[in-house]
Amino acid sequence: MFKYFISLEWKSFIRSASFKTNLFLKIMMVFGALWMIASFSILGFGAYYMIEDGLKLEPFQVVNQVAIYYMVFDLAFRYFLQKMPVMNIKPLMYLPIKRKAIVNFAMGKTMISFFNVLHAFFFIPFSIVLIIEGFPPLQVIAWYIAILGWIYCNNFINIFINNKDVVFYGVVAFVIVMIGLQYYGVFDLTYYTAPIFKAFYAIPYLALIPIVLAVVFYKMAFSYFKKNLYLDAGLSVKHDIAETEDYSWLDRFGSLSTFLKNDIRLLRRNKRSKMTLIMSVVFLFYGLLFFTGSVEAYDGPFWKIFAGIFVSGGFLFTFGQFVPSWDSAYYPLMMSQNIRYKEYLASKWYLMVFATIISTVVSAFYLYWGWQAYAAVVVGAIYNIGVNSHLVLWGGAYIKSPIDLTTSKKAFGDKQAFNAKTMLLTIPKLLLPMAIYAAGHFTLGEAFGFALVALSGLVGFLFKNKVFDIIEKVYKSEKYKTLAAYKQNN
Amino acid sequence: MITVTNLSKKYNSDPVLSIEHLDIPKGQSFGLVGNNGAGKTTFFSLLLDLIQPTTGFIKSKDIQVNESEDWKPFTSAYIDETFLIGYLTPEEYFYFIGELRGQNKADVDALLEQFADFFHDEILNQKKYLRDLSKGNQKKVGIVAALIGNPEVIILDEPFANLDPTTQIRLKQIIKNLAEQHGVTVLVSSHDLMHVTEVCERIVVLEKGVVIKDLATSAATLKELEMHFAG
Repeated sequence: MFKYFISLEWKSFIRSASFKTNLFLKIMMVFGALWMIASFSILGFGAYYMIEDGLKLEPFQVVNQVAIYYMVFDLAFRYFLQKMPVMNIKPLMYLPIKRKAIVNFAMGKTMISFFNVLHAFFFIPFSIVLIIEGFPPLQVIAWYIAILGWIYCNNFINIFINNKDVVFYGVVAFVIVMIGLQYYGVFDLTYYTAPIFKAFYAIPYLALIPIVLAVVFYKMAFSYFKKNLYLDAGLSVKHDIAETEDYSWLDRFGSLSTFLKNDIRLLRRNKRSKMTLIMSVVFLFYGLLFFTGSVEAYDGPFWKIFAGIFVSGGFLFTFGQFVPSWDSAYYPLMMSQNIRYKEYLASKWYLMVFATIISTVVSAFYLYWGWQAYAAVVVGAIYNIGVNSHLVLWGGAYIKSPIDLTTSKKAFGDKQAFNAKTMLLTIPKLLLPMAIYAAGHFTLGEAFGFALVALSGLVGFLFKNKVFDIIEKVYKSEKYKTLAAYKQNN
Repeated sequence: MITVTNLSKKYNSDPVLSIEHLDIPKGQSFGLVGNNGAGKTTFFSLLLDLIQPTTGFIKSKDIQVNESEDWKPFTSAYIDETFLIGYLTPEEYFYFIGELRGQNKADVDALLEQFADFFHDEILNQKKYLRDLSKGNQKKVGIVAALIGNPEVIILDEPFANLDPTTQIRLKQIIKNLAEQHGVTVLVSSHDLMHVTEVCERIVVLEKGVVIKDLATSAATLKELEMHFAG
């Protein structure tokens, strides 16, 4: 039986859509995983000496103290990232397979997941160093086994709390309070927990306790899981309660409002598009790296413009570059309805312009770092509205990867980002304004540089209709290819 | 109303559709039947210019559909879920389609009122997004949306599949009504021979992309079709 499960699992892994991306991304993924493993191992080997030499503290004591927080953060980390593998279970349910076998397999699968294996790369090297440094091997091994037991306890606890926000936020609140109390010296949680972790070392057979606990949690998670193995219980899909907002105030935009209303709903009601909103807020603070002088490489004067473009254009870039793809799920509808491409595009364009203006207003706090910092944001915004808004829409017209609105995954490192045509378009998006600014900055001074960038933005604005005509032509000529491409992944 | 001339569609030299000539007059209720892979959806997709013909063309009201877009204002369709916008509520979706077809809120509301029993209190005011409705209810929304804005040509791919019996009966009345009283050209495909013979005045049988029967519906048609498909 397990043989079949394992072969199914292997197939689902190598045939998954995300794995079928291009070779470049695969290599990047492998590098990412190796990097995590390497940094954990180095940390494991180095932690002992870093604490001893750097902090002048007793390393084993320190590790035992922070162990409690390590475990809680691990749990929080799992809560967000480790999902129970329930999706593959449905088709197995009406086959002649015992429920017990299904649950055991699903839970066994979580045991060998990356979230558990990763810790070994820290604790094994650390334990080895302990032995090298003269700690008695047997006791160190017992200590390691105890830690392993706690990690598996976390693994199974996560199965219960996976869908219970209350439990999770309770734990988080508790930790924040504890850290706060410790920081202000009121109450030190680690004072009580460190001896517990140390006890596994001092009295090796105590290491059995976490192992037994892990087994108990396994049994509990098992019965919980088994009890909820029904389509309307643990396997049900949560439905959102639809909220209708009144957007009649948008009617002043005339026929554009039809699309504007939809676009705002698109942004508010889908996981994937909500990610772009979060990203654009993050970009607001991107400029801090430049204007506070915290990154030396960014000290050149033209980097200000680079920052200004990203601060004001976070939304413009994250949303605009995927413009027809946002509508990929219902593209056949759009193509058979009476749609005026100009209005469709204009609605997206207005959305980007509004977002750019809002970002610019909000980022007024950059004035704190001098007028130049904010001036860079403002001229960046002008350039974004005048030139970049057209360029992202133009680039988007060539992108043919459908977007699955309902998952928040793939918001970063989408394969579309590596499209050659869109790469070429980043030159005028970013390098050109930097060059224009540099030309002004090194001849007549920074004010002239800013003026030149703003002027080029205004000039770009004049070409709006021309560019929209071009994009419309691209949409029409690529229509069938786009329809076919969107169909493939849907 | 619709004229098909030398139409063919090939994928990698595999012919999936080949219709030399077909004429569908205005106000006809036209049924398309055939087994899986016979080319029904391909034909509808060509009619909506969602795919390109390998040879030939379709003219709708003398407008060649792959050259001009002027057929869009008087044509509407429901093919599959890709015609629905998942993150809208049914009401928002109807108003959106309405706005695209030049209908205001009141017009759409008036139309929806006629379909109150069709919706069976499961569509409107349910606080659900379209993506969370059941397959059958999604289909109801798609079909009714295709009726918004007085289209002259309505294309429905497998409209009876996934619907409950009550709704099937109601839908049959709606389709008959459209053709008989409003002069709308309705194109329907189905696997259910009984439903098509009941609804359509004319039935065309496709097999491997070729028209092999073109019947004016009569009392004997159902028998004839059953004989044909029984092989």
